[in-house]
Amino acid sequence: MTSTLRVENLHKSFKLSAKRRKLEHTTDTVKHAVRGLSFTAGAGEIFGLLGPNGAGKTTTLRILATLMGADQGDVFLDDLSVARDAAAVRRRLGFLTSELKLEEFFSPDYLFTFFSDLHGVAPADREQRRTALFGRFGIDQFAGEKVANLSTGMKQKISLVIPLVHDPDVVIFDEPTNGLDVLTAKTVTDFLQELRGQGKTIIISTHIFSLAEKLCDRVGVILDGEMAACGTLPEITGELSLEDAFFQLYARKAGVAV
Amino acid sequence: MKGVLTVARKEFARFFGDRRMVLTALILPGLMIYVLYTVMGSALTDMMEADEDYTPVAYVIAAPDSLAPALEAVGLNLGVEPVSPDDVRADITAQAVDLLIVFPENFDETVAALGAADSDSSDRPAVPNVEIYYNSASTESSALHGRVTALLEAYKTSLLPELFDVNREGVTYDQVSEKDAVGSLLASLLPLLLLVFLFSGCTALAPEAIAGEKERGTIATILVTPLRRGALALGKLVSLAIIAFLAGLSSLLGTILSLPKMFGGGGDMPDMNIYGIGDYLTLAAVVLSTVLLFVALISILSAFAKSVKEAATMVSPLMIVVMVVGVTAMFGGGAQTDRVYYLIPTYNSVQAMVGIFSLSYDPINILLTVLSNLAYAALGGFLLTRMFHSEKIIFSK
Repeated sequence: MTSTLRVENLHKSFKLSAKRRKLEHTTDTVKHAVRGLSFTAGAGEIFGLLGPNGAGKTTTLRILATLMGADQGDVFLDDLSVARDAAAVRRRLGFLTSELKLEEFFSPDYLFTFFSDLHGVAPADREQRRTALFGRFGIDQFAGEKVANLSTGMKQKISLVIPLVHDPDVVIFDEPTNGLDVLTAKTVTDFLQELRGQGKTIIISTHIFSLAEKLCDRVGVILDGEMAACGTLPEITGELSLEDAFFQLYARKAGVAV
Repeated sequence: MKGVLTVARKEFARFFGDRRMVLTALILPGLMIYVLYTVMGSALTDMMEADEDYTPVAYVIAAPDSLAPALEAVGLNLGVEPVSPDDVRADITAQAVDLLIVFPENFDETVAALGAADSDSSDRPAVPNVEIYYNSASTESSALHGRVTALLEAYKTSLLPELFDVNREGVTYDQVSEKDAVGSLLASLLPLLLLVFLFSGCTALAPEAIAGEKERGTIATILVTPLRRGALALGKLVSLAIIAFLAGLSSLLGTILSLPKMFGGGGDMPDMNIYGIGDYLTLAAVVLSTVLLFVALISILSAFAKSVKEAATMVSPLMIVVMVVGVTAMFGGGAQTDRVYYLIPTYNSVQAMVGIFSLSYDPINILLTVLSNLAYAALGGFLLTRMFHSEKIIFSK
């Protein structure tokens, strides 16, 4: 099954505590994290949200993943609304956050079964999927070991596999290569390309230009919660590199020369 | 329901799959209480009772003939009189000698003269004073002092004209049944201990299961699955309550088994086995509902916390409240009869336990306790579910 994810006029703001205001050197009591964001990601496409830290990328992805509600606007997975049909959306969506740490007491095998059960995957499908994913990442040799006894790279591979137990149509990765060693990062980018080849809809957030250039079919540049530019790489960069084009957009937004 | 079972199974696997956790949370508390109370009881017995085979070192100056056989019967050797009473007193301070009794000269004659003389006669002799020197820091010295003092008091009483006796020869006529006496004793001790053990069991588990998921970021991965938030909350609460109940049971078993040793042990100990299966089942219902309430409360606090450590800090004041409420069982003089007390969380459980242990419970009060605890726990579960919906709670870092 192929899916299209449509984001329409998304808004999200947070109240700022006194402590937070002090930290961010602002007197504003509300932070507008996302302001009128709209974009579409189609099947067999990797869509990248590119922006600096605090631009609103993670908030957007959390709304897409049904973990947060939008103040205004909505996200549609085909005909399903993320706001109204969250449970149905979750059945077709996999979300990986860069902050995920696995419960070290359990084995990859146990975690795979646990999350498969939560997703309601039938045992036969689960075993087929386990064999495929564990084989793909070389986890099968360590499947019965406690996560605590595995290397950092192996833990990261397991973190990558867990959101995919139910073979979702849409895969959302927040900073997919953040903190990974070069070998694991290569495994992840190769795998994302494989998923694209399988017709999955993939949305990633990143602040790494080279990753966006290498992976993304289309990119949305987010600055201060707003979509500064959205399109294919040639549409955004023109004659420039992605990095130069980004800083040009940034300077225009901030009203300063970079 | 399937989601609840999946979550509960994971919590059970987490706990029972970890041998160290089973040992520290389930087996060790009961074992430690048993060993600790047994050692404490044995030490207390040793402290209170002198060694029966011990031969006291004591001196008596001017022992009267009338008391000589009785003094020898309590183990005193009247054959040797000390050369210097001051040296003996110094030896008592150094715990080399247990006792020194100094009778005035002509004790028997003076006592006889006092008995014969008119009470307001001018030639009545002065009342003789017997001095007993001992060392309260020495168990043997204290025990011997007690025996000698009792002996002299009995002798003094025997010299008085007999007008009436109270409970002759030390007989007492307490009509309490052994069952009531034991029940009353256990009702004053066990509710506090049980409450603290149960709360400790919950504290050892809930922060890790709730705040731990937040700290690791695994809660977001779970919440992106189709699992309902309510099922997640219920699965956590039920599994944690069952594990905490088992941990509390282990501690309670340790306490009950060690009680005879705590109170000195041996044949003088009354029979502690006064409860029937119905009493145990009633207690189990109260305990389970209490554990559910505790787990719900601790889980809510843990959901607010950003880490397991912060959750543990937040739970500490609650422990003090539970202990204070538990202490009321020790001074209450039996279970409350007013039904409204059985609606106050934690206090209701204490009163219900007091009633069960003292074998004087009203089934309606027990029912009120269990139902109100379940209602509070359900409210807690509802709040926890709402918290799992709150992005502010889930993503607070």
